[in-house]
Amino acid sequence: MSFMADPASAEPAATGRPALVSMRGISKSYGERKILDGISLDVALGEKVALIGPSGSGKTTILRLAIGLVKPDEGTIRIDGDYLWHEAGPDGLRPAGERHARKVRRSVGIVFQHFNLFPHMTALQNVREPLVHVLGLSRAESDAHAIDLLSQVGLRDHMDKRPAQLSGGQQQRVAIARSLALRPKVMLFDEVTSALDPELVGEVLRVVRDLAHASDMSMLIVTHEISFAGDIADRVLMFDAGKIVEEGPPGRVLKDPENPRTRRFLQAILER
Amino acid sequence: MSSFHWDWAFAWSIVPALLTGAKITVFATLLGSLLSFVLGLIWTLLRLKRITAITPAVEVFVSFVRGTPLLVQLYFVFYVFPKWGLSMPALVTGIVGLGIYYSATASEIYRAGIEEVAAGQWEAALVLGLPIRRVWLGIVLPQAIKTVLPVLGNQVVAMFKETSLLSTITVIELLAEATSIGSIEFRYVEPLTMAGFFYFIISYTAARGIRRLETEHHVVHG
Repeated sequence: MSFMADPASAEPAATGRPALVSMRGISKSYGERKILDGISLDVALGEKVALIGPSGSGKTTILRLAIGLVKPDEGTIRIDGDYLWHEAGPDGLRPAGERHARKVRRSVGIVFQHFNLFPHMTALQNVREPLVHVLGLSRAESDAHAIDLLSQVGLRDHMDKRPAQLSGGQQQRVAIARSLALRPKVMLFDEVTSALDPELVGEVLRVVRDLAHASDMSMLIVTHEISFAGDIADRVLMFDAGKIVEEGPPGRVLKDPENPRTRRFLQAILER
Repeated sequence: MSSFHWDWAFAWSIVPALLTGAKITVFATLLGSLLSFVLGLIWTLLRLKRITAITPAVEVFVSFVRGTPLLVQLYFVFYVFPKWGLSMPALVTGIVGLGIYYSATASEIYRAGIEEVAAGQWEAALVLGLPIRRVWLGIVLPQAIKTVLPVLGNQVVAMFKETSLLSTITVIELLAEATSIGSIEFRYVEPLTMAGFFYFIISYTAARGIRRLETEHHVVHG
């Protein structure tokens, strides 16, 4: 099983495709609280993985680790082959710092629960920001590209509005467009509909779903929308108390879970 | 107690002299504010940079300045600095004293403004890989400035009133002008009342202006 802790192994995911995200023996604590306890997981090229489980089970921390916002206490993380917090030297791995992590996380994008748009910028300026200041594109090129991205999420007509003038669903779509600007190979979605009014959830899920079906990006999706997870995921991971307690194709994990913990969790969600 | 009597003719006759004093007061306020804004920014940067020895020294300096009375600091610059060979005209001394005193507050205001920028903004900037210069100049400072500007404005108004302390180090500003007229004419009622009125009109107008700026910002940015 790929989640058995084995720091030395660098096996690709079970699919045989190369692993875009590869975590080995990851542990993370905040003070006394152990958030993740010896997790290993692989996400293959183009694979869509849904992370489910109760609050505080460590799902969000996995995403924050994958993009280097959080540093693991133990274990290694590789993105598209490169170690996030280590550099491979002649005599094994040696720790590397923020500067190195910056380079590696370039191929990872994330959409946050609370959008985190820049409030003093318009939708267009938000999306343009990485194009101008990271890719170094000219104003004209970045505008054209940013307008394309906003059209892709159905917000071309709103590009000159500031976040405060947009609905939550629209803000989240701008955030998705912004995170796509750097053409990430891996996209992370952190409960992207949890902060939205119920009637706005659909438009955001639709955008993510279209993206999942149309692109060969790898995706890690933390969500409480179980039918959505079943629809887009190739594989579902059930988290509980910092461990992966069950994993498999959505048809099995979501419909006919083996682990009683998963069964109870799904039941509780369905009874909401 | 002598009977109270307000002499309008006398009151009008001292307006030009009081205006001269008011000009000095406004001048000291503007230059003192400018100095405090610049010094405050320097303190804030040194505090954020976390440089060994320098950052703690700045911290101590800032809390020392905040924790001692402005009047004591003014006396110190006025009486002690010259002993160390640093003599300045009274007005310059006053401006330097005000600038240093309020630079400590300004530094706190800047820091609060920067801290108020949500953690999510830093994270968004970080995961997009924006260069650190851009994060500060393009993301953090533009947001911090919105919360900082009105507070700095209030600080200018506070300093404007505190300039009256400069009269104690021989700067002939508005209050000194009023008391000097009083001592020459043996009438204090008109000069002091008029001086108070001048202070009020100027600070009230300034405060109103700041409030208007604040609400306009809210309208524009939601």
